[in-house]
Amino acid sequence: MAIKLTPGHLDAIRRHAAREYPNECCGILLGRADGDSKEVLEAIPLKNLRADRETAQDILPLEDPGHESERNRFLIDPREQLRVEKDARARGLEVLGYFHSHPDHPARPSIYDREHAWPWYSYIIVSVERGEPKELTSWVLAADRSRFDPEPVEMMNPSGASRI
Amino acid sequence: MPVKVVIPTPLRQYTGKREFVEIPARTVGEALSGLTSQYGDLRKHLFSDDGKLRSFVNVYVNDEDIRFLQKEQTPVAEKDVISIVPSIAGGMPLRCVCS
Repeated sequence: MAIKLTPGHLDAIRRHAAREYPNECCGILLGRADGDSKEVLEAIPLKNLRADRETAQDILPLEDPGHESERNRFLIDPREQLRVEKDARARGLEVLGYFHSHPDHPARPSIYDREHAWPWYSYIIVSVERGEPKELTSWVLAADRSRFDPEPVEMMNPSGASRI
Repeated sequence: MPVKVVIPTPLRQYTGKREFVEIPARTVGEALSGLTSQYGDLRKHLFSDDGKLRSFVNVYVNDEDIRFLQKEQTPVAEKDVISIVPSIAGGMPLRCVCS
């Protein structure tokens, strides 16, 4: 399966990642999926709830809060996620996956990413080096949760009619 | 009294692509156990080996997180909607602080 986005979506993801640097950013990808591809229609930035430490710790506790923070962890507020998901469903869209940034680190999934991943979703990672968004990759969890497999990122023009 | 359980997209492959499943239940716990009896492959994604709801699984009744209600003992009635919402989290390897 491949994930298709417009240059506008990629730009929105990169700009959000740069704006949140040196913290990790996160967001949700909405669109439509058919048998062999996912077509993104909206890339929506969401708040990294890790910045709100007490609330985040109640929702998904960190093992080592002394070394883990919004600089190297992200968490999406489940309430916000539920709201966005319901709104998407009402508009005939579905959640295709999520994006987040790796500040001053390659766009490769970490063990923590894998341990917290769900099957089927696309996980887009954008690397941000000294505030500049760089490489962008997409990954899908293997069915047995043992690894992430790379997913091709295809660009489409804004009408979605053809690839560029 | 059946309640509606909303299945998140990544888990629909285990419910025959169904977005919603109706389960007769009086509590959230009964609904989840009914759901996983009907669709056995869901169990490992929702519950740990010791039978506890996994930390990255959020369950809502209508718009309320069951952690702030009565957890799995939260009562449900017909027309209530139970949503299973995966926690979405990630991050980077912890930085080496050596010089």
